[in-house]
This record gives sequence, C-alpha cells and structure tokens, in this order.
Amino acid sequence: MVARPVLHGPDITRALRRIAHEVLESRRGEGRLVFLGIPTRGVALAARLQSIVDEIEPGTSSHGALDITLYRDDLARTPTRTPAPTRIPTEGIDDAIVVLVDDVLYSGRTIRAALDALADHGRPRAVRLAVLVDRGHRELPIRADFVGKNLPSSTSERVSVHLDEFDGVDEVVIEP
Amino acid sequence: MKHLLSTRDLDRETAVRILDIAEEMSRTAARAVRKLPTLRGKTVVNLFFEDSTRTRLSFESAAKRLSADVITFSAKGSSVSKGESLKDTAQTLEAMGADAIVVRHGVSGAAELLAHAGWIDATIVNAGDGTHEHPTQALLDAYTIRSRRFGDDARGRDLAGLRIVIVGDILHSRVARSNVWLLTALGAHVHLVAPRTLLPSGIATWPVIVHESLDDALATAPDAVMMLRIQSERMHDAYFPSEREYAREWGLTAERATRLGPDTMVMHPGPMNRGLEISSVAADSPASTVLDQVSNGVFVRMAVLYLLVAGESQEES
Repeated sequence: MVARPVLHGPDITRALRRIAHEVLESRRGEGRLVFLGIPTRGVALAARLQSIVDEIEPGTSSHGALDITLYRDDLARTPTRTPAPTRIPTEGIDDAIVVLVDDVLYSGRTIRAALDALADHGRPRAVRLAVLVDRGHRELPIRADFVGKNLPSSTSERVSVHLDEFDGVDEVVIEP
Repeated sequence: MKHLLSTRDLDRETAVRILDIAEEMSRTAARAVRKLPTLRGKTVVNLFFEDSTRTRLSFESAAKRLSADVITFSAKGSSVSKGESLKDTAQTLEAMGADAIVVRHGVSGAAELLAHAGWIDATIVNAGDGTHEHPTQALLDAYTIRSRRFGDDARGRDLAGLRIVIVGDILHSRVARSNVWLLTALGAHVHLVAPRTLLPSGIATWPVIVHESLDDALATAPDAVMMLRIQSERMHDAYFPSEREYAREWGLTAERATRLGPDTMVMHPGPMNRGLEISSVAADSPASTVLDQVSNGVFVRMAVLYLLVAGESQEES
C-alpha cells in the first residue's frame, strides 16, 4: 500500500485558522500568548499560528521553540540525539499563557517531557496544548486543548506531517 | 562513541556535533532553573591523580548540571598513596556503580589503558594524560573560537580557513596536541611558535606550520593566539636561558598585544603565569577569552558527558 493523504494544504490552513480563533477565545481577553513549538515541525506550526493570531489581535503574542531531547524518558534506550535549538521569546514565559504546539499527538510522552522542560524556564499562568493531528494511543494522562484533526489510526501505521517549511508541501499522510 | 580519549578520534562531523550540543547546553545557563534531568541515576566519577582545580571543578559542575551523581577522587590522601594500582582503583570505582570515569593522570596513555585494558566497562573521559592529550580543553577552545567568531550563527559551522597560532611549550603540552588534531579536523590552519628546545621531535609529521619567531607568526594576522602555560613542574632541564628572555622572545607582551588585529582573540588555558607567557595587558584586554574559556568548559563537558553517558546503556545492548 502507498501513503494515503488525509489532510491537504488548504485543510491544514483551515485547521490552523480555527485553532488560532479557539486559542484567542479561550484566552478570555487577557494575558500574553506564547506559542512554543516542539522541534522539528511544531516550531513551524507555532510560527504559523502566531502569525494568524497576530493578524487578528496584533501585538498580543510571540512564538519560539522548546526542545525536549534532554528531558526524554527513553534516553537510555535510544541512540543519543543532538538537541535542536530552544528559543524562548525575550519577554520570557512567566505569567504568560503558553500554547505548546506539536504536529502529532501520540503516546503523550513528548508533551510530558515538554511540561518538565517548560517548568525549568519559568512559571506560565497556564499551559495549553495545540496539535495538528491527534492519532490516539495515549500512554499518559495527557490530552490536547486544540486539535486540527482527530485521526484514528493503528499503531502499525505511520502518520507523517509534511510542511512547506521543511518538505516543500503541506500535507498529512498515513503510511502502512 | 563510547570513550573520549583523544581528539584524533574526532572527525569534523562529530566535533561539530559536540560543539552544537554544547551550544544548547550554554543556553541553560540563562534559564530560571539551570539544571537538566538528563543524567539522573547515572554516576560520574572524577579520578584525579594530578593536581587540577579548573578541570576537576568544571567536570564536577557539568555532571551536576546534568543531574548525575558525582564522586570525586583525588589520589592524594587515598589508597593510591598506600600503593594501590590503577587497575584496583578503577575496579573499586566501577564496583561502586560508576557509569563514567573522568581521569586525569600524569602518565601519557593512562586513559587509553583504562578504556581498553579490559579491567572495567565504564565510559572513560580523558581529562589530561601526561604530555599526551587533553581533549575537552581543545573542544572548549574550539567552541570559544567558534562562538566569538560567529555568535548566534555558530550552529553547524566548523572553523574552516581560520588561522590559529599556538605559542609556547609545545613539547610538554597536551593542550597543544589535542588542539592541533581538533582544529585541523575542523578546517583551521594551525601555526605553532616555540623555542626549538620546546618543540617535540616528531613535529615535521604534524599538520602545522612552525615558526621560531612569535613576531613572524603574529604577522600572519591570526584569528586567535593561544598562549600555553610554561609548565615549571615538567621543566626538569634548561629549555630556555631565563624567564626574562622567554617573556621577551615568546611572551605576549603588552607591546605585542597592542599590535594584534581588532578581531584577534587572545586565549590561554589557565592557570596563567602573568608576566611570563602572557602580560596582564593581554590577559585582561577585551580580546582575551580566558574567562569565556572557563564558562565554555562546563558546557562542552556537559555535551561530552551527555553524548557518552546518556545513550543506550552498555548492559542492555
């Protein structure tokens, strides 16, 4: 079987626009928003979300990257990886509403690591989670606040998010 | 990579990777919490048979920032003074659960021996062995040069085309040896300057350009000038007529320091003999990277410990 596309470029754009509106709505008018993407593709999604939010409510948000490599719970079982850059906006995250952004939510272990990493950078007023695709199979009590698409999948399948910034095309595909 | 024994074992790709990891480690210094949980449950032993302050403290600090348990062992006042062998000491430390042993020893090849003699399984990090190598010092020097030169744009870069002049006691210097291999692997051009008596005999085979006159070397407009410490503890013969003459001929005097280009870094691995190999004017100038080298040492050692100790543990593989 070949890769089956489940989201195309326009679907991704629409999902991100909807999430941006939902984030603003849930903010209830006050508080600075910081979109922190989890490398690799979460970083690009965070930047896109922030730019949509900035069109709607200019100057209330910023974006950055939060690498979780050094916080993983499987370090001792996998080959060592080089950490990707972490970039926290200069205003910091104290008292801000941090929206963690990732491409795919799966076991939840990445988000667990991200919450630990975040705590070492400061104390946000609240932390939310936005993902482009939620494919289920959680191994930890973690859920997303904003989801682009729920995608029931089998653990044997591979869900790949391709983004223009890295892959030259916007799409989500399922591979057997 | 299981051990770090010599910079000869590092190719360009691995070296750049270590520097990139060190750069991410350096960013943790600015955070609310500086500690990382990465090596929780691992034990790092510092096994120091030679006096050292900054290297030992730097490794200790690096291991603690990564949440490893740290045991520091100095040979003075230990069973080594009762005649315990290196083998027995190492096996004792491993029996205490050491995942990595950071070793400094006065004999060249001591780290290599611990790594390959089959006595123990722990990861070995060479923190200086005799006059052989001091790889983490070279890595922190390369890191310092790269971050001074390229700033925020340093990630992924090597030192291609940069000219580095290393001055002084090349003969006894493990720092110089480690730097020659590493800087060359990173694409830099290494120039050495020393009195003929302080050059090793095999130098013709090294990938370097040798000058006898410091002024000739400085005339090549180097990107960095690295002054080596005159190691009086290893100087059992008359290698140069007098300290005054050494300072005049091969020291980075105030006059020479003012002649350096605006972007030329002044480096020294420490501890400095002020007035001998380096003048206070040079050591305290804005061009001096001496204190940067100390802080960068912690980041580079965090990177090395992360790379060697965090991954798949040996028992499981």
